Amino acid sequence: MGRFIYRRLIHGLIVIMGVTIIVFVVTRMVGDPVQVMLPLESTLEQRAAFEKKLGLDRPIHIQFVDFMANIVRLDFGESLWQKRPAMDIVFEKLPMTILLTAVGIGFACVVAIPMGIIAALRPGGVVDRITVFVSLLGLSVPQFWLGLLFIVLFAVQFKILPTSGAATPAHIIMPALTMGLPTLARLVMLVRSSMIDELNQQYVKTSFAKGLPFVRVVGIHALRNAGLPIMTLVGWEVIRSLAGYSVVVETVFAWPGIGLTAIQAIERDDLILIQAIVFTAAVCVVVINIFMDFVYKLIDPRLKLT
Amino acid sequence: MSASRNVPLLEVRDLVVNFYTRGGVVQASRGVSFQVDYGQTLGIVGESGSGKSVAVQAVMGLISTPGRIEGGDILFQGRSLLDQAGKKFVREVRGKDISMIFQDPMTSLNPVFTIGTQITEVLRHHMGMTRDQARRRAMDLLGLVDINAPEKRLKQYPYEMSGGMRQRVMIAMALACEPQLIIADEPTTALDVTIQAQILELLTDLQQRLQVSVILITHDLGVVAQLCHRVAVMYAGRIVEVGDADQVFASPVHPYTKGLIRATPRLDVVTERMVSIDGVPPDLISPPRGCAFSPRCDQAKKDCLRAQALTPLGDDRHVSCWCAIKGDTR
Repeated sequence: MGRFIYRRLIHGLIVIMGVTIIVFVVTRMVGDPVQVMLPLESTLEQRAAFEKKLGLDRPIHIQFVDFMANIVRLDFGESLWQKRPAMDIVFEKLPMTILLTAVGIGFACVVAIPMGIIAALRPGGVVDRITVFVSLLGLSVPQFWLGLLFIVLFAVQFKILPTSGAATPAHIIMPALTMGLPTLARLVMLVRSSMIDELNQQYVKTSFAKGLPFVRVVGIHALRNAGLPIMTLVGWEVIRSLAGYSVVVETVFAWPGIGLTAIQAIERDDLILIQAIVFTAAVCVVVINIFMDFVYKLIDPRLKLT
Repeated sequence: MSASRNVPLLEVRDLVVNFYTRGGVVQASRGVSFQVDYGQTLGIVGESGSGKSVAVQAVMGLISTPGRIEGGDILFQGRSLLDQAGKKFVREVRGKDISMIFQDPMTSLNPVFTIGTQITEVLRHHMGMTRDQARRRAMDLLGLVDINAPEKRLKQYPYEMSGGMRQRVMIAMALACEPQLIIADEPTTALDVTIQAQILELLTDLQQRLQVSVILITHDLGVVAQLCHRVAVMYAGRIVEVGDADQVFASPVHPYTKGLIRATPRLDVVTERMVSIDGVPPDLISPPRGCAFSPRCDQAKKDCLRAQALTPLGDDRHVSCWCAIKGDTR
């Protein structure tokens, strides 16, 4: 177990390092922050002074060493746009994104797992057909369009939900739905097919022959076996929500999370803040992956943690 | 359970089970009748696809879509398992009074739960035992099926055990609630020969000690001869001959039974090649008219196109064959 954690941490560090290097290079290659940040009429002297302030006048390898040294202290420098430490902004916005992801994915799981199980009980039956159809529909809808549709429907037409922001608990409903629905569609398909596989296994017959109640056979014996692929997808969806869907969803609903901040930072060529955000996303991905490995082991004792 | 001893423990009457597949309706069980008395072992033999497993799965209420029980009745201690009240009754007796051991111990246990959990859940569900009571009983049961260090075994998962060991666990699980009837569906087919012998010995021993009734499904006639009091021979979804095991083996009447016995390899007779029955088993989507065995039977005649019901033939012996009944057994 100790060996497992040690190895995973090393792997994680390598991944994070790699991501940081890429971000470092890319942010310096595309766009010139000096040009973006300073007004058009600024003089060459002003530009040079600004470059010096950011340390962009130094050779690139010096910049890199400096950059890495600061990362260890979680110090990315001050955001060019907001004029305060970039990590402060990240720590302020990240909880909002985590909240949104938790509600969105939580909703997807709560609906998709029972729905998939019910569909699997009678493959080809009415419930199954409806489930597959709805799921296909959900898979085909682009997320940003879904968000806009919700706004038009619930905010503009019926006026029952607020359009954007995060002022009240009601504000989370539409963004969380938008985030969760594509996940729900994917998850329900997987739960369904995994459960169909498991329900045809011999041990299910044994469980019925033992006289165990239907709910126990399906909901405990079969579901735990189907748990591995299901948890793999859930883990993957959490990662994609935190570090992907959040950008789209938060932009549509002006949800003050890390995704919206990322877009704003990119628009303003705030390379300091972009670096901090991408670094944080990489750390999240690594942490979730390690966590998922533990969950696998909990579900299936046959797995060895290596 | 002091039900009247006049009724057999289990009685299956004219059981009809059909499977609705894309290819057509598979008539897996076409009017099967048999009975099992208290403390008795019934062997059901027949080739693959003859409907042996379907018949006993119907008893356990394990026929599921696309299969349907469409006729006949199953009586356990005189009470129907198929009528309206039977649906509730079957849930009570399944796993408690009737339990089942399956063919392949490698896949019959749930891979992600410990042996302990899988045995105790039966006890807790049927006997209402506490966690602790159930655990102690589970240890006794493992001892009963000759598993060493039961305490340690309870914490293990199926993948940590050999096939023979898993089958012992399955047997322990089947014995958990002191059932009156154990159905063993080819319990040794998936095991290697030495383990087969051990498991059979264990089953025989337990059957005698606990005086439990057993239905043993197998295609190994040797096993039947050794273990069973009575034997039923199945062919194409019907029982073609049933009777006292010793008698059936000594003087088989139905041509199919004769063929089966002749096809059994013997150590004491030197033969050039294995004897087999010519032809292939019939397709149960459209079984042959009359006696299903007639197309493969060397004594077939016109009468065989009309079905012959199981007809008594002296001491507890029933046969469905025109030739046999007319005394022409040559």
